[in-house]
Amino acid sequence: MTMSDTLLKVDNVTLRFGGVTALDGVDFEVRRGEILGLIGPNGAGKTTCFNVMTGVFKPTAGEVTFDGERVSGRAKYAITRLGIARTFQNIRLFPEMTALENVLVGTDARHKTSVVGALFRLPRVKAEAHTLPESGWRRTFALTFGVSRHIAEERAARAKALDLLSFVGIEGHADAQAKNLSYGDQRRLEIARALATEPKLLCLDEPAAGFNPAEKARLLELIRKIRDLGLTVLLIEHDMRLVMGVTDRLVVLEFGKKIAEGSPAEVRENPKVIAAYLGVPQDAA
Amino acid sequence: MMSKLRALDNRRLGFLSGIGDRWHALPKPWRIAFGLAFVVFLFALPRINIPFFRTVETDFTTVLWTVAIYVLVAVGLNVVIGLAGLLDLGYIGFFAVGAYSVALFGSPQSVLATKYPWLVCVPIAIALTMLSGVLLGWPTLRVRGDYLAIVTLGFGELIRLIAEKGDALTNGPRGIAEIPYPPGKWPAGVNSEWTGLDMFGPVTSLGWYWLTLVLVIVCMWAARRIEHSRVGRAWLAIREDEDAAEIMGVQAFRFKLWAFAIGAALGGLSGAIFAGKQNFMSSGSFELMTSILFVAMVVIGGSGNLAGVTLGAILVWYLPFKLQDFNITIDGERINFTEYRLLLFGLALIVIMTFRPQGLLPKRYRSSQPPAAAKEEVPV
Ligand SMILES: Nc1ncnc2c1ncn2[C@@H]1O[C@H](COP(=O)(O)OP(=O)(O)OP(=O)(O)O)[C@@H](O)[C@H]1O
Ligand SMILES: [Mg+2]
Repeated sequence: MTMSDTLLKVDNVTLRFGGVTALDGVDFEVRRGEILGLIGPNGAGKTTCFNVMTGVFKPTAGEVTFDGERVSGRAKYAITRLGIARTFQNIRLFPEMTALENVLVGTDARHKTSVVGALFRLPRVKAEAHTLPESGWRRTFALTFGVSRHIAEERAARAKALDLLSFVGIEGHADAQAKNLSYGDQRRLEIARALATEPKLLCLDEPAAGFNPAEKARLLELIRKIRDLGLTVLLIEHDMRLVMGVTDRLVVLEFGKKIAEGSPAEVRENPKVIAAYLGVPQDAA
Repeated sequence: MMSKLRALDNRRLGFLSGIGDRWHALPKPWRIAFGLAFVVFLFALPRINIPFFRTVETDFTTVLWTVAIYVLVAVGLNVVIGLAGLLDLGYIGFFAVGAYSVALFGSPQSVLATKYPWLVCVPIAIALTMLSGVLLGWPTLRVRGDYLAIVTLGFGELIRLIAEKGDALTNGPRGIAEIPYPPGKWPAGVNSEWTGLDMFGPVTSLGWYWLTLVLVIVCMWAARRIEHSRVGRAWLAIREDEDAAEIMGVQAFRFKLWAFAIGAALGGLSGAIFAGKQNFMSSGSFELMTSILFVAMVVIGGSGNLAGVTLGAILVWYLPFKLQDFNITIDGERINFTEYRLLLFGLALIVIMTFRPQGLLPKRYRSSQPPAAAKEEVPV
């Protein structure tokens, strides 16, 4: 397999918390453009796996590589800039900020403006004619002297954030504080915020938890739309119907170990997986 | 009783946000015109006689200057506590570093005396305070939460102890006098008694009030610019959920350090002004109590909101002067309310924190949706 087929590689990763081995030599890869499902019973280590990939925990052994770059050891923000974005199993939005601001924080991952730039409106960049007013001195001024990078970034970010809010279907709530959104809208907002960081890989941690069947159907649609944008999706999900319906491949974890990997059909037939989900001891299966 | 008070408080907030909405609905030229008129009013305030508002016991201009200098402090501390959510209990330390920088480099009495005029000492003071902010923040801002409060508290005390015990340098509680101040003489026609005297000398606080007001306006403008940028958003995100912010690409440590440095710079600037105005600086000026009052004005007023912290500064520093005007005599003994200032603040703090933990003028968000009536149960 050529390098370019593999987007993310989890290479023999082990993570111990004191006595607990949360991940035990886990080995799998995510291929470009696929929707990969990560499943397993409660406490199997799925979320921990996300945490290792996004730099929350450093693996005790093994390493994660993304797009040819080593992930383990990098700062969290640097990993985000490499192109990994995620949502959280227990929603972690910025509750006091509006939905729009939450997404703007995501877009900021790609921005450069800092204190000096915001304060003195420097450096100046070339103005894009279509973003300016039709006529008047402001237009003339901007075309002559350019606009500050801060303003250019803010304008583009707002437009993009509003687009993303409508992409996930909550454009009507842009100015509502995140804490006042309904549970489902909060989950959707988390996806919009993650997408705003311009990831190559989007990791969703149980995005359908607590959803009714109609909401699940909408989410399925959304995940497919995200893949059609050219993103790769890694999905943790307990709902087997949803998982089987949307994923291209599955990786199954149990007690921190990978017990199976393959297409949904293959995995469904795998006796180890059946045993893990039905709770049958392995030697009996 | 409680519910009535709460209802009253909500009505007050509704009224305030009504004013806010109307203000934002005004056309921009009107807002600019009103804003300018208000600034002119502030500059003229010492000469306007508003009955009851004016203090009698203490020179009103000096009171206004005092309030202005602490508004400046509040603007700086708001960046640290209100925006970035870093509980800094030793902000007085930065104030002191700024004040002592001007005293040490400017006063001919000091061992470090230079020939630098006040205008050169101030940028030096700001640079040194920023440096002290970065030096304090570098090791401590990597650690989260309560730890920072303790370390900053220690920093404030440390600076005070250095001021008190570092006799050779600071002359301890005996202090340093002859601290320089800006040049300039009162021209004829302002006040016949002042003509030809130093504008920033002891004869009146008016020059200082005006200077401080200019600085407050400039600093508020700068703080707003930063707040409404990527940096301000990063601060809010860090305050709300630092881990999530980092995973969303926010360089938490870098922006926290910026918050610390900006806060320190403003604290240092206030200290430098303070030193110049007082003309004298001793270790007694930097009590822990003042540091606590600093935090109180931010928290009471409305952490994170410039208007709120300004109100907080006004309440904490104007009221005690006003209270001096109401001396009651019981059994021939004069009771001075100022002595009960801390008691009153304690009570006010408890009441406000009970009813409105976000402060009197909380940061307000226009919400297009009413709060979800009953949030759906969140599954684990
Ligand atoms: N920070 C931590 N400290 C100690 N143990 C942890 C920590 N995080 C996770 N664990 C342990 O690691 C194991 C795997 O947890 P993890 O949250 O990854 O499971 P999961 O597969 O996501 O389960 P679920 O389906 O319930 O979300 C569990 O035994 C858990 O108790
Ligand atoms: Mg989990």
